[in-house]
Amino acid sequence: MPPTKALLPGSLPGTGLLLALTIIGGLLFAVAAGLTDDPLFRFHSFVFIAAAVVAGFALTTGLSAGGLRNEPDRYMDGVIRYGVIATMFWAAVGMLVGVVIAAQLSWPSIFYFPELGWLNFGRLRPLHTSGVIFAFGGNALIATSFWVVQRTCRARLAGGIAPWFVFWGYQLFIVLAATGYLTGITQSREYAEPEWYVDLWLTIVWVAYLLVFLGTIWKRREPHIYVANWFYLAFIVTVALLHVVNNLAMPIGLLSTRSYSVFSGVQDALTQWWYGHNAVGFFLTAGFLAMMYYFVPKRVERPVFSYRLSIVHFWALIFIYIWAGPHHLHYTALPQWAQTLGMTFSIMLWMPSWGGMINGLMTLSGAWDKLRTDPVVRMMVVAIAFYGMSTFEGPVMSIRAVNALSHYTDWTIGHVHSGALGWVGFISFGAIYCLVPWLWKKEKLFSNALVEWHFWISTTGILLYIAAMWVSGIMEGLMWREYTPEGFLAYSFIETVSAKHIENVIRTVGGLMYLSGVLIMIYNLWRTVRMPSAAGSETATSALVAPATA
Amino acid sequence: MNLWKHHGKLERHSLLLVIGILVVVSIGGLVEIAPLFWLQSTIEKVQGVRPYTPLEMAGRDIYIREGCYLCHSQMIRPLRDEVERYGHYSLAAESMYDHPFQWGSKRTGPDLARVGGKYSDSWHTDHLTNPRSVVPESVMPPYAFLARKDLRLVDIQRKMQALRTVGVPYSQDNIDKALVDLAAQADPFSTDAVALRERYGKKVVNRDFDGDPSRVTEMDALIAYLQMLGTMVDFSTYQAADPQNQR
Repeated sequence: MPPTKALLPGSLPGTGLLLALTIIGGLLFAVAAGLTDDPLFRFHSFVFIAAAVVAGFALTTGLSAGGLRNEPDRYMDGVIRYGVIATMFWAAVGMLVGVVIAAQLSWPSIFYFPELGWLNFGRLRPLHTSGVIFAFGGNALIATSFWVVQRTCRARLAGGIAPWFVFWGYQLFIVLAATGYLTGITQSREYAEPEWYVDLWLTIVWVAYLLVFLGTIWKRREPHIYVANWFYLAFIVTVALLHVVNNLAMPIGLLSTRSYSVFSGVQDALTQWWYGHNAVGFFLTAGFLAMMYYFVPKRVERPVFSYRLSIVHFWALIFIYIWAGPHHLHYTALPQWAQTLGMTFSIMLWMPSWGGMINGLMTLSGAWDKLRTDPVVRMMVVAIAFYGMSTFEGPVMSIRAVNALSHYTDWTIGHVHSGALGWVGFISFGAIYCLVPWLWKKEKLFSNALVEWHFWISTTGILLYIAAMWVSGIMEGLMWREYTPEGFLAYSFIETVSAKHIENVIRTVGGLMYLSGVLIMIYNLWRTVRMPSAAGSETATSALVAPATA
Repeated sequence: MNLWKHHGKLERHSLLLVIGILVVVSIGGLVEIAPLFWLQSTIEKVQGVRPYTPLEMAGRDIYIREGCYLCHSQMIRPLRDEVERYGHYSLAAESMYDHPFQWGSKRTGPDLARVGGKYSDSWHTDHLTNPRSVVPESVMPPYAFLARKDLRLVDIQRKMQALRTVGVPYSQDNIDKALVDLAAQADPFSTDAVALRERYGKKVVNRDFDGDPSRVTEMDALIAYLQMLGTMVDFSTYQAADPQNQR
């Protein structure tokens, strides 16, 4: 290390350019704020201006005070530390909003405020879904991918300042999306609600992300690209494709928030669910499988169970997933041939999904005792088990006859949450429990007992949640189609609403328990960061020259 | 087997891997989505489906803004109970001018595809203002503020222009007269309503939807939109069993 330290490295390449672009961007939005007649566009222009001012200040300080030093011989871990903090922050926010909207459905006269329309369910629900999927999940993916790609390539992140741009640019996207939902800026495409200019901003950030990731792979000192990186790459590339096509829209003006999709009706519906289902397939599955492929073998100190299985299930998974969208549109005005194709591929999807589950679980061969001794391993294994469960439930629900009952009901909500809370949440928590001691150079977590508490409270919360939704979903589905012996519909719609009250309450409690687990985790991580650093760990984990710990 | 060795190439060349991923993930979408744009049978040929009037279009934007689609579907499936509960199953043609579609994915509340005409304007006003005043068990949020907000008029024509760009057949006349038409539809005594009906069809009614004759509010627009839903197609003449309507 000493020779390179003596070189007095300069700042990260590209910092000056980014500063210039920031100033230009800030000025452009200042002009936009002055010219627009749309108060919401002006509001978002101010958000852009504020971001530019903060970024300009940070970059100037970084340049002059040497805060953004380039250290080519070390891994770039600072941005990952920020990523972990952002992940946990957005997890708490997104899940809190989820608890609030669950409470609104349980006790509408208490949790709705007639004078505060922006706190209505319709505004908060996208805040919850985007907050959890894109803010929590997205930050977890970006942070872990930056860690994994560096360690498995034995190369520092490419692009100079670009990883920082990706991180902060993505936070700006989240802030724009979230404030947009609350103020009523939405294009009403589920899981793609942000309007055209926010979509454009995300496209810029995402292309930068792809280039940083690919650039790091190009610098690699390992001949082979590790399996986790295939999954990260498929996630980044496919999400870019989905995002661009699904958000093709015609703005009503360059200084207006509103735009209209270029597609309409049936074509628009299938485009949206092609996007929507593959947001599940590539954002919430491929990306988190990448996490599994690195953190599970690493934590249990065993190689991945089967290399060939990983090849087969990788290509099968990404090929088949993209066809599954039409199962969201069974019995609708979508032509039946498309519904049938969607259902067929959804059922086939069961196999590659379980290929991933088997590969993850069997990696524990010879290390099953860790389930008992290491609560972090247990968390990741339960995540994989939930992955297996929801990827079995999904194909079942995609069968037209089953879907006739389950569609439009709470069953779908339960299905999504077994995947989101069980799989996505737990595998991310496992990865972050691994990452925090590595990133902050600690020997171990502050408290394993708190991990145990987190695990049991959150697992119980998930079970309450999904069991309540199974019951209410199947119940309302059956009630809607119930006939009296005389041949009349047995229930009015509102009777099916009031019948779900107790399940709604149980769901709220389950969500609150899951959130409590996350708060325990945040406390545990905070105490871990504040522990004294382990001696000698400084060079062992962050220097490129030393034998990689990965 | 050799195949495994060949995979090694993809693992060593990141661009090959990226191209491989792009090819593999493109196929499904191309096969499923692209034909919907050129297969003539995708959308039924029916009489009566028209672009929304300016007031309905503005109401639809409020429906979108408030996230109504998150709890209300607009897609009746051809199942016995749904057809009896909500009316004739939805046709693709009925949403052909919907940019974007509002089929929804969840029924926390009932389907709205054919809610038009089922309730009175004053029921809608009461229900939107405080849902539990007319349906005690409802879990719907209150929208009293809609009746206090003037409808934003400055971008109505720009919206229609953008919709025309993406394929909604608004004529230049439709766009030029948009604000007159909008005012006419919210006024039961308007003399311009005749011209409005000439442009958008004789089923269009002009009423004071929110019961406040002094101004055009967001409540007016939303109720005008809701009262139109599902009323365009005359199902007494629709031949569901006709071969050209079979998909």
